[in-house]
Amino acid sequence: MRALRVLIAKPGLDGHDRGAKVIARALRDAGMEVIYTGLRQTPEMVAEAALQEDVDAVGLSILSGAHLALTPRVLELMRANGQGDVPVFVGGIIPEDDATALRELGVAAVFGPGTPMADVVAAVRAAADQVGAG
Amino acid sequence: MNPEHILAGDRRALARWLTALEDERREAQEVLAALFAQTGRAQITGVTGAPGSGKSTLVAALARGWRARGQTVAILAVDPSSPFSGGAILGDRVRMQALSGDPGVFIRSMASRGALGGLAATTADLARALDAAGFDQVVIETVGAGQSEIDVARAAQTTIVIEAPGLGDDIQAIKAGILEIADLLVVTKADQPGAEATVRALRAALELESAARSAGVAPGWAVPVLTTIAPTSAGVSEVLDTLAAHQAFLRSSGAGSGREVKRLQRELELRLRQRVWQRFALGLDSDVLAEWAGRIHRREIDLESAVKSVLASTHIPEHE
Repeated sequence: MRALRVLIAKPGLDGHDRGAKVIARALRDAGMEVIYTGLRQTPEMVAEAALQEDVDAVGLSILSGAHLALTPRVLELMRANGQGDVPVFVGGIIPEDDATALRELGVAAVFGPGTPMADVVAAVRAAADQVGAG
Repeated sequence: MNPEHILAGDRRALARWLTALEDERREAQEVLAALFAQTGRAQITGVTGAPGSGKSTLVAALARGWRARGQTVAILAVDPSSPFSGGAILGDRVRMQALSGDPGVFIRSMASRGALGGLAATTADLARALDAAGFDQVVIETVGAGQSEIDVARAAQTTIVIEAPGLGDDIQAIKAGILEIADLLVVTKADQPGAEATVRALRAALELESAARSAGVAPGWAVPVLTTIAPTSAGVSEVLDTLAAHQAFLRSSGAGSGREVKRLQRELELRLRQRVWQRFALGLDSDVLAEWAGRIHRREIDLESAVKSVLASTHIPEHE
């Protein structure tokens, strides 16, 4: 079985990357190859990294409140790059109404604080495997 | 996977091809075979050094410099896979953010996937793929390497070994291995205390080695010791000039093609060994091996005799 490649990115201007690092480690411990991009990524940088790294899934960690501005732009750029089928996850402090809006935009799942790591790992694996099989 | 898309600069097609090469898929190797005649044009530089010595930062600075000189750049950055989970965190892009948005740059992170020489088993093939795709410069950044992770010298034409100040005394510098593969030594963080001492220790170590080197792989090339300071990019253009000089030396002296033939012979041997082993392994039964291990454990037979018995009794299939 080949290793899943996952991009973990922190778009936006907040400097809180602990959550992103915890997720990155959990995915690593689940046998995935995690490309970690660091802080303060623009949507353009995220989409470009997803393209060059040919990832199976993208995780966006957003704690700035700008998720409704940043996420659609990432999705749009990924579609333009021919990666519209790559699942995108959002993690952070996201109000429930916004989470619904993000899912309607095409986000695979939204993870709030306290989501068990096993749930995150299972969701990423299921979504990526589905694409790989298709 | 269409070779024409890759040659036309389709980055999505290139990225997918690289993935397939990493996964050792047959169709990816067929594309590489079709494009093999296009390889051999890029300058391939390896960058290695201890964890935290500043490899990614130097690679990013070199890439910016090459871009300013009008050359396109591809970067292969290797980080270690966990021996426990097989997973990996590939973090080299963090230091390369300033290169984002430039269509003349392509960065690819690789996990070492169990290989121990500082690269992944497929890194040389990915470097060839980026060469075929038309990049002028291909840089291979190794995992944080100690004293014996020297595979990069088997994949690159020019190898830069990085030393940061304050890591070990001058005896570290004369141990075998990593210093012997250097075509170019760079002391990073040269504004930090101890940088001058590091430069002196490396120069002294090189003098000790020069006699051996004159008979070695690249007679006529004196390994320079350069210094860089990342925030100001001080020293980076000297590194670029020296890399160009080394390439010119490899061409004019004929050492370049001699080294490449040697590299290719080693790679052929490695691949043959792997192929022979794979075919042999098909005929091995792990239950039978466990039985042999039990007999060895009970001291009924020694290891070497068991090997001979297994070899004698294993059927090697004709095909993989």
